[in-house]
Amino acid sequence: MVGIVQPPLGPLGYLRYFWRQLTSMRTALLLLLLLALAAVPGSLVPQVSSDPNGVIQYRAANPTIAPVLDFFQVFTTYSSVWFSAIYLLLFVSLIGCVIPRTRFHLDALRARPPKTPARLDRLPGFMTRRVDGDATAAVTAARAVLKSRGYRTALYPGADGAPDSVSAERGYLRETGNLVFHVALIGVLITVGVGGGLGYTGQRVVVEGFAFSNSLASYDSFNPGRFFSDSFLSPFSIAVDSFAPTYEEANRRALGQAIDYTLKVTTTERDAVPVPAVIKVNSPLSLGGAEVYLLGNGYAPVLTVRDATGHAVFSQPTAFLPQDANLTSLGVVKVPDGLDKQIAMRGFLYPSAVTLTSGALASNYPDLINPTLTLEVYSGDLGLDNGVGTNAYALNTDNLTQIAGRKAATPTIKLTPGQKIDLPDGLGSVELASIPRFVSLQVHSDPAQGWVLLFAILALSGLITSLFVPRRRVWVRVSASGGALDIEYAGLARGDDPGLDAAVLDIADRHSQRLGLKL
Amino acid sequence: MIVNETLVSYSVIAVYSAMAIYTLAFIMFTLDLSRRSASVAAPVAALQPVGARAGVVSDGAGDTLVLDSADAAASTAQPPAPRYLRAAMALTMIGWVIHLGAALFRGLAAGRVPWANMFEFSLTATAIVVGVFLLVQLWNDLRFLGAFVLGFALLALGIGTTNFYVDVVPLPPALQSGWLVIHVFVASLGTGFFAIGAALSVVQLLQARRVAGGVSRLRFLDTLPAAEVLENLAYRVIVVGFVFWSFTLIAGAVWAERAWGRYWGWDTKEVWTFIIWTIFAGYIHARATRGWRGSRSAWLAIIGFSAVVFNFTIVNLFFKGLHAYSGL
Repeated sequence: MVGIVQPPLGPLGYLRYFWRQLTSMRTALLLLLLLALAAVPGSLVPQVSSDPNGVIQYRAANPTIAPVLDFFQVFTTYSSVWFSAIYLLLFVSLIGCVIPRTRFHLDALRARPPKTPARLDRLPGFMTRRVDGDATAAVTAARAVLKSRGYRTALYPGADGAPDSVSAERGYLRETGNLVFHVALIGVLITVGVGGGLGYTGQRVVVEGFAFSNSLASYDSFNPGRFFSDSFLSPFSIAVDSFAPTYEEANRRALGQAIDYTLKVTTTERDAVPVPAVIKVNSPLSLGGAEVYLLGNGYAPVLTVRDATGHAVFSQPTAFLPQDANLTSLGVVKVPDGLDKQIAMRGFLYPSAVTLTSGALASNYPDLINPTLTLEVYSGDLGLDNGVGTNAYALNTDNLTQIAGRKAATPTIKLTPGQKIDLPDGLGSVELASIPRFVSLQVHSDPAQGWVLLFAILALSGLITSLFVPRRRVWVRVSASGGALDIEYAGLARGDDPGLDAAVLDIADRHSQRLGLKL
Repeated sequence: MIVNETLVSYSVIAVYSAMAIYTLAFIMFTLDLSRRSASVAAPVAALQPVGARAGVVSDGAGDTLVLDSADAAASTAQPPAPRYLRAAMALTMIGWVIHLGAALFRGLAAGRVPWANMFEFSLTATAIVVGVFLLVQLWNDLRFLGAFVLGFALLALGIGTTNFYVDVVPLPPALQSGWLVIHVFVASLGTGFFAIGAALSVVQLLQARRVAGGVSRLRFLDTLPAAEVLENLAYRVIVVGFVFWSFTLIAGAVWAERAWGRYWGWDTKEVWTFIIWTIFAGYIHARATRGWRGSRSAWLAIIGFSAVVFNFTIVNLFFKGLHAYSGL
């Protein structure tokens, strides 16, 4: 027995071999399934992009697994090397498939429908009809019927050299749709990449009555795209005039549930007149090529701290972060200068304070019905002068001494709006001046997102066309025998085509009708 | 917002009534399957001696093959007309109208579409699944899927009413959008078609196994279409579901851009919607791949539908994300 000897493959041969493998349908399928599988871990572990705080908590809770996950880039799954490798390979495979198919399809679009097969009776939907009449007229009529049904037609000669059959094909749009779908997916990938690279996202907390400008320095957090430059930030500023939430009051089962947020702002673009505008959830504001979204809100109590002589050393709003649906809010106020000692205060704001049976305070409604602020006061080195950035919303009390609160001689300070209470140790006083609201705004610019949508819609239209337009061939052959005509009809499906038999029958019926045959 | 509690109670009564009628329909569909088994078993038993069953005695000297006496007796009786099937379909239709009423009353009571939390979504999506089941009968006789579809609907309604039930509350600002109507409704439609596709794929796998000599006890399979026919039917149903799912994905991205400030952010729900889309894209490619037609593609359809169910239940309840609208 002689074994098959493979010809040795040179480097080019291997390249061609791998290209063939990569662009095969089987590889595309495996890459698709692999992509589905690879997307799973990112849903199990918090992601830096969508849930940065979750990542911090996860790291703290799982100190042994976290480094392993870090190594495999699981916290950034969707931009990880392995996830990117899969989808890039998939798209290379897709391109390698689409290019030859496009060439082939362009040829098919120009080509005549193929020659009528010799044996039509082996094909689906085969049927014969016997009619009287002229063979040439019957062939012409068949061609007219097929043309009127959207078929591309060609006449083929029989044994005697005269045309005796019509070959017809329709549904080229099916393959066109398929190619449009795949090319549009490439378009989606590219425009997503371009938009992500040229875009930016910035977040900023703004208190009622304050304003901010669209510049790098004014954002609390900022995520630029890879190709971002400062010049992309169009100069505008937004002043927050008022923020009005509406809470459910009638439905007893949903008391206090937010049903509307209305933010009134005044926007100013470069050298332009200030314009009032409204921002709501689901209704962002378009401004200078970016969109401004209302993402969150809460209270920002204004505390005024005075020294022993009554001179105000601190007076500004501090955003308190909401902890529950009734907006019990937690905040940290640091006063590093002006008093004899540096002090920090950790406070809870209860917009509608009630005293629980345990004696603890709670809020039972999100609006300011009976606002109460409690403050625990610490003194010591706040660590703000060593140049290391600290979290404005957190307080590390390890090196601080509590001077008012549960662990101190002076009890927790409790304030209502307008109330002023002395700080311990004769440091001075603290006053709750007012309780304005803050909003958390996001400014997002993605110059390519309209293109992403366009390609997505193209992909969907291509998909629908490629799945539901039937591509089929139909043949009609006329042969004279015994003074009458035998007409054969048959079809062939190209791709999934449940309606083929019915289509052939329909062609036959229309043809008979045209030839004047009573059905 | 004042909730019309009378309408809420109508809705609850209607959903329990629908479940009761569905249960009867489910029993009828199951009886129909067993009738199919009986009507198939009779001639088979009459024609072929069957070994190693009840009534077969091995005497050691050589196997004595005798006819199964019960089957032999059954072969003399006429197989009953498919009245179970007709009764099951009639009950399903009645149950479905009441089920639709439940969704309608819920929507009227809330003054919005009845799919803004998990309970309402279970209520409406199952109505759509059953509706798609009824609708496809106009296209092809798939009544044999009744036991599967109604079993699924009953399970979903049971869990929905007992574990997911919440009172009617107003929509939070993020859900106050026309996209709630479109995005969620089309997702439910897609789910309906995927469910029918998965049901067909399960039967397809059973058929393929039976032909290979595996499942012999499920004799009703003899009365059902062959595996290749089921595969084609499943494909045609699933591609419709796939188109709806693609639309859901795009509509969701458009809405997310409005509500959350970005069109795609790999939120857990977005991830799973993407995974499902990719699985079904794989399913469609599998049909054009040698070695992947048949049972392998059927498994993909079943895995895809399982991912849809997983996405609605486990992801909603246990995964952290922005789609936190279960109301639980």
